[in-house]
Amino acid sequence: MKYLEAIGKYFIMIWEVFKKPTKWRIMKTLILKEIDELIFGAMGIIIFISFFIGGVVTIQTALNLTNPLLPKSLIGFAARQSVILEFAPTFTSIIMAGKVGSYITSSIGTMRVTEQIDALEVMGINSLNYLVFPKIIATMMYPFAVAISMFVGILGGWVAAVFGGFAPSGDFIQGLQMDFDSYHVTYAFIKSVVFAFVIATVPSYHGFYMTGGALEVGKASTTSFVWTSVVIIIANYVLTQLLLG
Amino acid sequence: MIQVENIHKSFGDNHVLKGISTEFEKGKTNLIIGQSGSGKTVFIKCLLGLFEPDEGNIYYDGNCYSELSIKERRNLRQEMGMVFQGSALFDSMTVEGNVMFPLDMFTNQSQSEKQDRVDFVLKRVNLVDAHKRFPAEISGGMQKRVAIARAIVMNPKYLFCDEPNSGLDPKTAMLIDNLIQEITQEYDITTVINTHDMNSVMEIGEKIIFLKNGLKEWEGTNKEIFKTDNEAVTNFVYSSELFKKVRQMYIEERN
Repeated sequence: MKYLEAIGKYFIMIWEVFKKPTKWRIMKTLILKEIDELIFGAMGIIIFISFFIGGVVTIQTALNLTNPLLPKSLIGFAARQSVILEFAPTFTSIIMAGKVGSYITSSIGTMRVTEQIDALEVMGINSLNYLVFPKIIATMMYPFAVAISMFVGILGGWVAAVFGGFAPSGDFIQGLQMDFDSYHVTYAFIKSVVFAFVIATVPSYHGFYMTGGALEVGKASTTSFVWTSVVIIIANYVLTQLLLG
Repeated sequence: MIQVENIHKSFGDNHVLKGISTEFEKGKTNLIIGQSGSGKTVFIKCLLGLFEPDEGNIYYDGNCYSELSIKERRNLRQEMGMVFQGSALFDSMTVEGNVMFPLDMFTNQSQSEKQDRVDFVLKRVNLVDAHKRFPAEISGGMQKRVAIARAIVMNPKYLFCDEPNSGLDPKTAMLIDNLIQEITQEYDITTVINTHDMNSVMEIGEKIIFLKNGLKEWEGTNKEIFKTDNEAVTNFVYSSELFKKVRQMYIEERN
């Protein structure tokens, strides 16, 4: 019952976010600030993780392809498929749920605790639109981050394959080009847009409706990370079934 | 003027306000006092429109809040200023940004017009050299002044203050009280202050309402509070030895 109530409250929050918009002149500045904070601010960790995940996937694939009859190009093929279909959109989103999600929950939660949200409401401002809408729009840039993650992941795979002695560069690149289906990239971008919406709204919900003090802000951040991850995992399953099934 | 007519407010089984009626006059500092849990905060949030009363009406210069359209309510909100207990300044903005915020949101003034207005109100609250500083870089007393400046920058008709001098030293608290009273008289605002501070009660309480268990137990002025025989009020206001002595001296002087 408690969960059903929370789900209902979440959807009411989403509805409220799009009502009574803030002046575009103000909103534009807020969106640019959030893009800088949520997307560009997370690029470092995304690039770092993607590079090494790409490398690890390649090494593991290479170590499992022990049959000499199997071509080395399969290493590049497997790395490409893993990175594009799953690691770049989903794994990065889980990392983002931790980094960006906890930032969103704690910043909105602190505003709640220190009555800054009440101050907005008293002024007659739709606080949900003012606080959450720019975050939703900013995270719509997330596919751009996922595209970079794909590129860096595959680059990491190439570095691991070539410099680790698992496959020659030519074979790896041939594998990357083998049976390429551009729909897989579309699928990854569709997923990343949905995940971006989840990353912006679920932590906002936990921050906005939290009660208590500083300790509760910390607890809300942890809860928001858990629920954002759960929703991403479920959405990943549903989207995969719908788009690839 | 704000007229409150028999308002009730409950949260589940907790009946917080049990039928309060009163009037808050224009150009006067109206104080709400009472013990913790007496319903002061819920009452002021009802006045601010943050909570909708379950029963009863609130009239702002004759306009019944519950009968206003959403747009009219929004416009009314813009005529209200609020000073929160913890100041509630936006951490990410400078002092100047905080004060300019309502102007940015609700007016189409040019940057220079807004700047002039911000300079004027900051000067009015005696803050002339803090424009570019962030809330975390200024003292609690200065934060309160910025909160007052932000509350009055739109020329509000109604000013609400929740414990405006909590956490301040007595001298700064008195400066803030006097500033609020001066602004109230100068701009002919209806000011409602929620307070625990007995110095404020004695100093600026032009009208005082004492709440107890969600009901209005007593109302009067800071002069009348000395004379009252209401046991609940005297127990609350004269809980300290100092105030007991002050009251005794006042009564002896009158006799």
